[in-house]
Amino acid sequence: MITRKPFNWQLPDHEITPKNRFMNRREIMRAGGALGVLGLAGCGVGESAAAHTELPDVAGMGYRETSYTVDDPSTPLEAVTGYNNFYEFGTSKSDPARYAHAMSTDPWFIEVEGHAAQTGRYALADMIDYSALEERVYRLRCVEAWSMVIPWVGVPLADVLRQFEPTEDARYVQFISNSNPAEMRGVRSRVLDWPYKEGLRMDEAMNELAFLAVGLYGETLPNQNGAPIRLVVPWKYGYKSAKSIVKIKFVSEEPVTSWKQSAPREYGFYSNVNPNRSHPRWSQASERVIGGGVFARRETDMFNGYSEQVAHMYDGMDLIENH
Amino acid sequence: MAKSAMLRAFGRVWLKPLTFWALVTPALWLGWQWSGLLTGGVHALGFNPIETTHRFLGDTALRILLISLAITPFRDLTRWLPIMKIRRRVGLAAFWYAVLHLAAYLGLDLYLAANMSIAGMFAGLWNDVVERIYITLGMIGFLIFIPLSLTSFNSMVRRLGAKVWQRLHYSVYPLGVIAVFHYGFMVKGNQLGPWIHGGVLLALLAWRGWSIWKSSPRPAASMQSGS
Repeated sequence: MITRKPFNWQLPDHEITPKNRFMNRREIMRAGGALGVLGLAGCGVGESAAAHTELPDVAGMGYRETSYTVDDPSTPLEAVTGYNNFYEFGTSKSDPARYAHAMSTDPWFIEVEGHAAQTGRYALADMIDYSALEERVYRLRCVEAWSMVIPWVGVPLADVLRQFEPTEDARYVQFISNSNPAEMRGVRSRVLDWPYKEGLRMDEAMNELAFLAVGLYGETLPNQNGAPIRLVVPWKYGYKSAKSIVKIKFVSEEPVTSWKQSAPREYGFYSNVNPNRSHPRWSQASERVIGGGVFARRETDMFNGYSEQVAHMYDGMDLIENH
Repeated sequence: MAKSAMLRAFGRVWLKPLTFWALVTPALWLGWQWSGLLTGGVHALGFNPIETTHRFLGDTALRILLISLAITPFRDLTRWLPIMKIRRRVGLAAFWYAVLHLAAYLGLDLYLAANMSIAGMFAGLWNDVVERIYITLGMIGFLIFIPLSLTSFNSMVRRLGAKVWQRLHYSVYPLGVIAVFHYGFMVKGNQLGPWIHGGVLLALLAWRGWSIWKSSPRPAASMQSGS
């Protein structure tokens, strides 16, 4: 073992400010500056939680790696951030990358409603424990028969939902996305009945795989991927993973979900990835691998390859009927 | 007079070759992008080149078809007869883009999905035709298109007689309607594209209906000749 005397300018380890605390300090100072401006303007009423309304930078916070990985290589970042379905910014795959920058994400608040002991309006930074971020590499399977592999950074959905102490009546949870025509040009046309709505059964929401992402590839989530917070439900088709969430509702009946509302024959509430259920638009037996070469395809796996973690939730259910 | 002489010269010398090159340009552009893609160079096909190819060929076929339907109304409105010289090549170009559209779907989707088995490709086609309404419509549209393109030659017009030929070629209107619905059922949600193309088609159909009604002999009307 090599030991050496520390240089006299070196701090003892216990005095080093952890990086995330250090970054946090800058956040607090910036927030303080904003408060100062409010004070000068002579209006005492600001957001009382101003100190927590600014979003931490994911790259600065750090995260831990997990065993949730995929054997295939991750999809290149340019494809993950350049090929998106986010109809609030337009229906073309390149629209979100082009127009999503117009959406302001800081500060961000989420309304929590319904059957839970703790409800109300929460600043995102108060709702998510940014010191507990983890990375999960999941396969994303779009209903349009293509897939990607994406390293998300975030927290398990269950940890977040538990904070609100849902009651016994909370059998489902609904997620509602941001819908602001001034900043999201796609919602000016009625492609869907805005705002975008998605939902999960409570046991699905509490499943270990259900995830809330605030970043990808180690960085803060880009707007076109659903900043500042989005759902990631890897055993279901991509549209179940609601983006830019502004409301969480604990409900007792199956909630309205946007695509089912738009075309009930095509899209069901469950929307589990299922190669055996041929969608009226796309055969789901196989998929194009985005970023994997022009002709790259792979066979689609039941539950997108996550049977081990999720299949038990659907024991005895007809998954063709309940698609 | 100088102006109309120039216009006549344009119609006689330039109209057909310029139309030809305008019609092949989309195909040349697509081929150029694919050569970039396959040689690892720059291309504009995005992260899902196959999907981009399907959309590009389908859009091009439909738009050229709509242009071909607009040529007779254009003649009626402007009385510029030379425009009729390009009607056949415009219609045929729509057909060839439909052929490429179908070939791309067969080769880049079904053939690859069937692990490069021709039998598997046709099995996949049958599956799609039976299960997916937009594919059903696409194939019906293509089948309607085949006799129209086969009878596009002068010799065929003579052999069939103008009346039969005309009647056969009226099926370009149902073909247009089917093509728009093929597009409409393909897209997800309530998107603008099919409505715009459908609106253009509706306007062309309305014009046609009106001019047929205007020129058909009616008991009360005397010798008013509509064109």
